[in-house]
Amino acid sequence: MQSNFKIFLKGIFDVIPIMIPVVPFGLIFGVLSIDIGFSPIETMGMSLIIFGGASQIVLLQLFSGGASSLVIISSVGAVNSRHLLYGAVVSEHLSDLKLVWKIIISYFLVDQAFAVSNEYLKKNNNSNRYFHLVGGGATCWIIWQSTTILGIILGAAIPEKLGLSFAVPLTFLALLVNDFRKLINVIVIIISGLVATLGYNHIPFKAYVIVAALAGLFTAILLTKIIKKYD
Amino acid sequence: MTNWALIIYCGLITYLTRFSMIALIKKEMFNDRIREILSFVPSAIFPAIIFPAIIVNDNGLFQIDDNPKIIAAIIAMFIGIFSRSIIATIFSGLASYWFLIFVV
Repeated sequence: MQSNFKIFLKGIFDVIPIMIPVVPFGLIFGVLSIDIGFSPIETMGMSLIIFGGASQIVLLQLFSGGASSLVIISSVGAVNSRHLLYGAVVSEHLSDLKLVWKIIISYFLVDQAFAVSNEYLKKNNNSNRYFHLVGGGATCWIIWQSTTILGIILGAAIPEKLGLSFAVPLTFLALLVNDFRKLINVIVIIISGLVATLGYNHIPFKAYVIVAALAGLFTAILLTKIIKKYD
Repeated sequence: MTNWALIIYCGLITYLTRFSMIALIKKEMFNDRIREILSFVPSAIFPAIIFPAIIVNDNGLFQIDDNPKIIAAIIAMFIGIFSRSIIATIFSGLASYWFLIFVV
């Protein structure tokens, strides 16, 4: 059996190639957070406490639009609900772990670490294989915290007229690049976008994100059902 | 709510989703149908951020005509579809936007 440290290192090396897209995310987050008016300490606090790119950028976007706290928190919850999918996959590999390890690993279970470690966990059966996830997660952590710091420093120097807030929709657009190739996803994207845009000024408490997401999911349920019927 | 309370609650809900994945959710709890629906969550939620951020201007009004953000986002989308690269999508969008507002 490989040593814990070797597996930890393998986790680091496996995750490094997919860290490249994380760098602009962290920078954009840091810059915008300062731009919106959060202090450097609060900005760092977000990256340390939340440690989730999409969650943090949704927080910024809704906060700057004047959404209520309850709406911001539930929107962050909704954004995270996509992670529930991982649970079904990863939990079976980690079911023998002590609770204390589950508590620690949960903090590090970000998209990129999950993606590479899931492949490793599927192929290996050694009892210490979860060190791979710890290595990948720790790497993501270091990259995320250091790019946040860099973004905070840059945020003070970047002029507002560059319009960097436009990077928010672009970062989310970038997360959908694979979905644009699938017809049902494209329809869901259009429905959700239209509901959010039309509801932007009319749905109270800026809850348009939640309403649009539900409309999108409902569309997905309906369309997948119809397609199965005629298949 | 103070900024710190907001940050802590958002952190808590993010952490709890991750913890529940490891400690609470078992494979049997999700049938294929629920998995299929969950796979649509990004497509259902991200456009709700993307569209208003592009179409609604700083004064809360729709701006369809003469809106460089819409053009830049469409360029970024096509670059994203063909390159499948997160970085290429973000930078092509920003570059087109800056070109439209500073050069054109």
